[in-house]
Amino acid sequence: MPTNNMTRLDPNSQAASKGLSDLSIRNLFIIPTIAFLIIFNIFPLLYSLGYSFTDFRASTNAPAKFIGLQNYRELLNDPFIWKNFSITAKYVLISVTGQVVVGFGLAMLLNRAIPAKGLITTLLLLPMMLSMAVVGLFWKLLYDPNFGIINYFLGLGKFEWLADPDVALWAIAIVDIWMWSPFVMLLSLAGLSAVPKHLYEAAEIDRAGNIYTFFRITLPLVAPILMIAIIFRTMEAFKTFDLAYVLSSQPTTELIAIRLYKMAFQEWQTGMSSAFAYIVLIMVVAITNIYVKYLNKVKAR
Amino acid sequence: MAGVQTSAEKWTNRTAIAAVFVALIIMLTPIYWIAATAFKPRNLATTIPPTVVYEPTVAPFVKLFTKRSQLREQPTQEEYDNAPWWEQMVFDGGEKVVRNRKSGEVRSSGYGDRFKNSLIVSVISTILAVGMGTLTAYGFSRFKVAGEDDWLFFILSTRMLPPVVVAIPMFLMYRVVGLNDTHMGLIILYTAFNLSFAVWIMKGFIDEIPREYEEAALVDGYTRIQAFFKVVLPEALTGMAATAVFCFITAWNEYAFALIMTNRNAQTAPPYIPSQVGSGLPDWTVIAAGTFLFLIPVAIFTFLLRNHLLRGMSFGAIRK
Repeated sequence: MPTNNMTRLDPNSQAASKGLSDLSIRNLFIIPTIAFLIIFNIFPLLYSLGYSFTDFRASTNAPAKFIGLQNYRELLNDPFIWKNFSITAKYVLISVTGQVVVGFGLAMLLNRAIPAKGLITTLLLLPMMLSMAVVGLFWKLLYDPNFGIINYFLGLGKFEWLADPDVALWAIAIVDIWMWSPFVMLLSLAGLSAVPKHLYEAAEIDRAGNIYTFFRITLPLVAPILMIAIIFRTMEAFKTFDLAYVLSSQPTTELIAIRLYKMAFQEWQTGMSSAFAYIVLIMVVAITNIYVKYLNKVKAR
Repeated sequence: MAGVQTSAEKWTNRTAIAAVFVALIIMLTPIYWIAATAFKPRNLATTIPPTVVYEPTVAPFVKLFTKRSQLREQPTQEEYDNAPWWEQMVFDGGEKVVRNRKSGEVRSSGYGDRFKNSLIVSVISTILAVGMGTLTAYGFSRFKVAGEDDWLFFILSTRMLPPVVVAIPMFLMYRVVGLNDTHMGLIILYTAFNLSFAVWIMKGFIDEIPREYEEAALVDGYTRIQAFFKVVLPEALTGMAATAVFCFITAWNEYAFALIMTNRNAQTAPPYIPSQVGSGLPDWTVIAAGTFLFLIPVAIFTFLLRNHLLRGMSFGAIRK
């Protein structure tokens, strides 16, 4: 792509000397968006950065008292917070692994001539477009130990999916896998269809086995796009709130976002939760950075 | 799949197709079950074995939109006969519709209002996000911007923030300016959320429009603004429509902000529907009916959007 040869329109060009100058049009088009995002995303964060050094509680009228780094120190020494982090890590691991296995598997199956392929693909993609909170809630009925269809079809009797503290996290992850495997499938399909056919033909001539072909041709070529899917899903799973919140109130499913919500809006520890939010924020920004790097890498190809 | 297939390949293919159909059935069963439960009488919603064949009823929808109370005693024959057909359905389910004492009007549940709130907030925030996003995308696509990649990263990063993290300060600020539990408050939040997405994806669409079109228009004596509105915008319309649908779905499905920032006046459907489960034995037919209506727009949009899903989901990085 000879993008470098393309003349970028000069903001001060003579071609558009009538009306507004290109420079002012550029500013007019871009600055409102930047300003909007700064006012409604960055400014609030600065606002809560201030609160994170105080003992402020939004439920009382008591003025905020500056307490320095005490909130951060307390949080990082709190074993329960670390419990929330380890629950979240476990959840991310289960659900992202599940999505990659199911999603990539579906893509491998779909990557051939299949009757009504377009329709089937669209139908398979439907779950990821739905509301996690609303559809997730309905899984309560599907999981019900007494009359849920899951126990019925799997012949599990009265298996407690959501009431058993050891199982509940898995139950939530399964719903997440159901909803978001299609996302991995969608991206994998794009990756698979971009693998040049002649590579497979060459492998066939060389009498390479299926497993060899998969690991030496398919996987390496799909890897960059698959990586985007994995990072994106990791970030989203890390932030999970809706699904776990509507499905379970077990302490064993208390993900970081839920802990944060309770701290801020049920216990009204505003100062402490602001500090907590900052710890979470730094982690998300780190993952976002990796994600954008990969996006640009794939875009550049 | 070059020409001749060996019989082994044929079998692999057949097995794969069979597996795809099994997967399809598993993936769609929860959605089918929502639709099926929405048309069941209450006593058939929670049976073992599950009821698959039944006479469909719209009773769950009647109950969804009305306030009801448990019947203490059977209605008299006269009462029953005088009631309209939809009220008889509620009687049949062991409940009666609550009416205002004076006017005799049927009292409605909160669902209709929540649905309307969802529509207002989603539509307005979508229009704002796509409008502003298209302009900004054009700016980034056509002009030199110092530190362009950094700005684009900044724009995208605002979308990646966890909702609860943003909600804590927003809640406090909204309390000061009186935006808690208002449509405007939610619209601002959803616009900010979707704006970053709209910029990224619209930039991809506008990058694809050859700049020769505008240059020709400029030579013909159009101003830059005229060229944008008369040449670029018509070309970008498909992309804008796809972006709008994505933004609408995101706003329509959003839960965390709505849960925190609204409670009555401006509450949208996603926090309302789970709040109806409450304690005790929930009436799953009513929840299914509410969910079913809520899912219809998204299901339709998914089909309209099917060719743009990949692009939207990858923030415009991957195009077919």
